[in-house]
Amino acid sequence: MKLTVIFINVFALCCLLFALYKDKAKTKKALIITLRSFIRIIPAILMIILLIGFLVGFLPENGIAKISDEHSGFFGVFLTALLGAIMHIPSLLSFPLAASLLENGASYAIVATFIVSLTMIGTITLPLEIKELGKKVAILRNGMSFIIAIIIGLIMGAIL
Amino acid sequence: MNGKMKEKQKKGLIRDWIFLGISIIVAGTLMLIFPDKREVITSTSSQFFMEMIWILPAVMILMGLFSVWVPQETVVKYLGKSSGIKGITLALLFGALPTGPLYIAFPLASGLIKKGARVSNIVIFLSAWGCIKIPQELVELQFLGAKFMAARLVLTIVFVIIMGISIEKITEWQNKKTNKTQGSEDNESI
Repeated sequence: MKLTVIFINVFALCCLLFALYKDKAKTKKALIITLRSFIRIIPAILMIILLIGFLVGFLPENGIAKISDEHSGFFGVFLTALLGAIMHIPSLLSFPLAASLLENGASYAIVATFIVSLTMIGTITLPLEIKELGKKVAILRNGMSFIIAIIIGLIMGAIL
Repeated sequence: MNGKMKEKQKKGLIRDWIFLGISIIVAGTLMLIFPDKREVITSTSSQFFMEMIWILPAVMILMGLFSVWVPQETVVKYLGKSSGIKGITLALLFGALPTGPLYIAFPLASGLIKKGARVSNIVIFLSAWGCIKIPQELVELQFLGAKFMAARLVLTIVFVIIMGISIEKITEWQNKKTNKTQGSEDNESI
């Protein structure tokens, strides 16, 4: 088994035991929330896993690598940031999706840009954000997030 | 209000399961049409499924614990009045701890602004909420490795702080400009 898996589970177990020791009622409440969100996220997870299978199955061998190479510069990263900004999936699921892209030859720059842009920018939720925070802050935040997604991606591509 | 939210959640859940059903039917049909792809699709999907299922319960338990132990009132109480380095640290921390999609944080952020929190801290808080949550970082560690996770975490924190401060400066500068031309009646329009 991977070390990461052990680390994550031990960490969660320690937190859980500490929580139980601190306050049983609160912990119980937390576990009910856990169960409820688990049920809520399962369909999305299964869909993403199916999608990854089909991506790998139907994209031509090294197809992603080819696209990634051809548009490896600024343009590819820019397109990825755009894609991440429009997509609306739970951020927890962006990581397995990103990993499948990476395994199939996408560059680190592309994958990092995708994650940052997907998790920070919400095109669909922008009207709500404008309503709550005002036009100026909402548009500045999303616009600048777009730019830093590209910057972070380019730096990640250079250092990894 | 609460009842309405629950109703909406229930509808969303049913919709998700219907979508899943449709995806499975489409997937099954495609696999029947392209039998040579079946092997690679099922092996890839089951590999990712196994990787996910080993960590998902742990991640979800952490999210549940955080949501009970870091309630929104605590966030509002501490973040509303802090500034400087302490404010930035708290904004990062309080963004990274609670759980839920980003749009849940918008009304919270709006309440914080009304309470006098700084724009920079709000932007940092929202960005941390979006992309450096602790349970999310664990999933990133599992799928993309320690080096990737650490590098992205550090870079994100640095750029998010820069972005927060820049947005605050821009809004302040624009407010000053409108104040000069219009008088100081409505600079609290945010």
